Amino acid sequence: MNDFDLYDKDSQAIVFGSQVNAIQRMLDFDYLCGRQTPSVAAIVNPIREGQVKVFFSQHEIQINEYRTLQRAAAEHPNAHVLINFSSHRSAYATSRAALETDSIKVVAIIAEGIPERDTRKLIALAREKGKTIIGPATVGGIKAGAFKIGNTAGKTDNIIAAKLLWPGSVGVVSKSGGLSNELYNIVALNADGINEGVAIGGDRWPGSDYLEHLLRFEKNPDIKFMVALGEIGGRDEYRIIDAIKEGLLTKPLIMWVTGTCAKVFTTSVQFGHAGAASGEEEESAQAKNEALREAGVIVPDSFDTFGDKVLEIYEKLKIEGTIKEAERPAIPRVPLTLTEALSDGLVRKPTNFTCTISDDRGDEPIYAGYKISEILEKGWGLGDIISLLWFRRPLPQFATKFFELVLVVSADHGPAVSGAHNAIVAARAGKDMVSSLASGLLTIGPRFGGAINDAAIYFKEAKDSGLTPREFINSMKDRGINIPGIGHRVKSVQNPDKRVEILSDFAKSNFPATVYLDYAREVEKLTTEKRGNLILNVDGCIAVAFLDLLASGDVFTDSEAREIVNLGYLNGFFIVARSIGMIGHIMDQYRMKRGLYRHPWDDILYDVKRVEWEEPGE
Amino acid sequence: MAQRGIREAEAKKLILDHIDFPLEHDMVLVRPHSDISELRKEYPFLEGRLVAKPDVLVGKRGKHKLVLLDKTFQECIEWIEKKRSGPVRVGPVKGDLTHFLIEPFIPHDQEFYLAIQADRDADVIYVSDHGGIHVEENWEKVREIRVPVEETLQEEQVLEVLDHPLIAKFASALHKVFVDLDFVYLEINPMIIVDDKIKMLDLVAKLDDTAAYRNREKWGDVVFPSPFGTTLTPEERYINELDSKTGASLKLKILNPEGSIWTMVAGGGASVVYADTIVDLGHGSELANYGEYSGDPNQELTYEYAKTILDLMTREKGKPKILLIGGGIANFTDVAKTFTGIIQALKEFREKLIENRVTIYVRRGGPNYKDGLARMEETGKTIGIPIHVYGPETHMTRIISLALGGNQ
Repeated sequence: MNDFDLYDKDSQAIVFGSQVNAIQRMLDFDYLCGRQTPSVAAIVNPIREGQVKVFFSQHEIQINEYRTLQRAAAEHPNAHVLINFSSHRSAYATSRAALETDSIKVVAIIAEGIPERDTRKLIALAREKGKTIIGPATVGGIKAGAFKIGNTAGKTDNIIAAKLLWPGSVGVVSKSGGLSNELYNIVALNADGINEGVAIGGDRWPGSDYLEHLLRFEKNPDIKFMVALGEIGGRDEYRIIDAIKEGLLTKPLIMWVTGTCAKVFTTSVQFGHAGAASGEEEESAQAKNEALREAGVIVPDSFDTFGDKVLEIYEKLKIEGTIKEAERPAIPRVPLTLTEALSDGLVRKPTNFTCTISDDRGDEPIYAGYKISEILEKGWGLGDIISLLWFRRPLPQFATKFFELVLVVSADHGPAVSGAHNAIVAARAGKDMVSSLASGLLTIGPRFGGAINDAAIYFKEAKDSGLTPREFINSMKDRGINIPGIGHRVKSVQNPDKRVEILSDFAKSNFPATVYLDYAREVEKLTTEKRGNLILNVDGCIAVAFLDLLASGDVFTDSEAREIVNLGYLNGFFIVARSIGMIGHIMDQYRMKRGLYRHPWDDILYDVKRVEWEEPGE
Repeated sequence: MAQRGIREAEAKKLILDHIDFPLEHDMVLVRPHSDISELRKEYPFLEGRLVAKPDVLVGKRGKHKLVLLDKTFQECIEWIEKKRSGPVRVGPVKGDLTHFLIEPFIPHDQEFYLAIQADRDADVIYVSDHGGIHVEENWEKVREIRVPVEETLQEEQVLEVLDHPLIAKFASALHKVFVDLDFVYLEINPMIIVDDKIKMLDLVAKLDDTAAYRNREKWGDVVFPSPFGTTLTPEERYINELDSKTGASLKLKILNPEGSIWTMVAGGGASVVYADTIVDLGHGSELANYGEYSGDPNQELTYEYAKTILDLMTREKGKPKILLIGGGIANFTDVAKTFTGIIQALKEFREKLIENRVTIYVRRGGPNYKDGLARMEETGKTIGIPIHVYGPETHMTRIISLALGGNQ
């Protein structure tokens, strides 16, 4: 690499911060200007390590991501540029670490708002180590056809339009990152493009100043003239003048200091950049423009004729033979990403998922079209949320109250039932809450809690097809199936299940009609004649009451009702309800710090027999 | 986000609270709503001879006859009441004197000068035994000590230029406070010595407000007043509020509400260039505002910002008006997106824009600029307002001459 260059076509950077878009833009630039290696060697991300996928040309490559700069630098000793995207609060520490890393020679600091004292300490350290800082508060810089820092010069269309893929004859330095891009464009419109451009950043103390870069440009034989944009405030422009007087800068320099409007403001104004404030007369734009003009710098009358001056000098140097126009090879094409093509309307993309119940893309979640704030305003509760998220519509109060009633009566049935028992055993084995809960929930099935939906299916089928209760019982008997929802281990006609009474009473007094419940009661009359415990149990009662709910009014069509039953929605009530109880049991065990449960030997019949085994063929 | 001046009273309090040096100082800050009758009970020194001066960000108070010396409390209060009854002209600037500082009057012979200023590679300490109002005329008597950025001022360094152990000790302690509290400028002039005690008679200070995040406890509730004379209009205050609530940047300064050239420019650098060019082309008197939006403001913010400007520029019907929606070539801001909020505001102000004969010129480049410009052009056709759009192929400030040339 030439000693006047900060980076060239073989240089690689480490990027601090997970800035995938900026990295992609760097690699697109690399591809367009025919670099053999990507300009990003590694990423530092304090909260993650692994690989990041990006495109290099048509293909995807992986860039290593490390938690610390030390690791990244050790693994990639050839990367000598650090592009630091860390925030203004942490940029000092990360930049300091970079300056203290031997392999890093150039540090570009993007963050705006770093305390001045921190920046000044970094400047002192960089000087001691003989390293270069670009920024803070900058977009970076670009070496045409070779190396681009971060988001400098934006996307590929602009990079091509601004002639940044091949080195031209102009060196550019400005404070503002936004205006640096504008200057590259001005140079492209009026000359053969830039050779190198740097935005030193809008802070009061830029890590490297105008003069440092202009002196590099002076040494670069490919740079024939220089363009700079100064700014009101500070005295850096006077250092340029001193250098010209000392003969250190001899190439033509076109420069304009912005902030000439400050004279129409009566009070001191802080402009967009931290370093740009009107104050002393010598720091005013007028004074600096005048001093530059006196020193022989080409100063336009206003920014409006900046381009004209560039054209004038370019044409003059061409006539003198200093600048020769070069042939430019064809530009390869960077394929669009899907996101870009979509936003430009060039492609359409089928979706992989569909959701019809909720939407989280706005300011607040929306359940079936209702914002949660609206739901709270209406005073809606859990039953209403189930209506929205399960049935995709608000339901009348008798329905939502019924849902809540089902949750209340099904929430728990003591520690002895198999689901709670399994949850307790898992919790006592030291498993976490979700594992213990899953252990209990996985017990739910045809024999435990899972009968609600089956009961609904059979009762609906029987009633809808016009079977009398007697015919229904017989048909089930013929098929060899116990009627789901009928029968209880403990409860009987003499010892009725209170939960069934509550649900049944609620349906009777609140539902418009209870056709299925009445039908089930008729079935129960017949089964209990046979045996006292063949009662309508809580599962059965929930099932038939739910069928009445589905059939009531015009909320659901008949086919919707059938679909709801067939898809198995009803088991959801038991799962949700019983989760509440199981979590209670799990936490209960944790709280008491109960140890591992081991079932006693005396409660197990050990009946193991030995079968003799002989090798075949002997 | 820069160096900001603070009130003398607050700067003195920061020093008194944090310096490792025996320092006593009586003072009271009279705020706009301070109950003056209560002050006397709280501050016994007010019974003696006093000094009063406005504590707003205005320089050279002595030269502008804004320091009242050797008076009683009653005389001070009468003077303050007079000074704060209405706007006052100081040099070229007219503004309100809102805050006043009252301190004991201390007769003295010798005046010293002590200042610390942050420079690129060092803190520069200026010290002189010829301080006071004429320090600038006696600048050759001011000694300069450069303290590299990672070091602190040693007493011996001061003694080398000024043979005064007490001042050397004080200067060294003061520099520690300067470093520790992220001051960037401190000037005590005059500083006097009474009974072997240092007294800071007059003080100017600036803090680096980007360091606020790490100085919450040390700084307390220090405020950064606007420079003297910058009374904000309600619209400027509103934009300031929006600005402080987001990571994006929104700035607005009204220069001439009756001006016919209004600007809405993206970018801190570009906004200055647009204002410059309007002035440089000789239209400074018509420039109505300075302002910028940058740092990727969302649609709501650009909408609010645009609405504020459109409202201001359509209040008084008169000559035809021009709105410049300008900007450079963005590096990574999605131009079409930032235009969405502006377009929303333009549609809302359709009738007023027509009534005020507003012509709009747009110039912008960067990601998605073509889409953004097309939408602007389309909006112009829909609402019946002339909107002329230009991209990067047109020089950034050319829309100014295009707009003004077309108008004359």
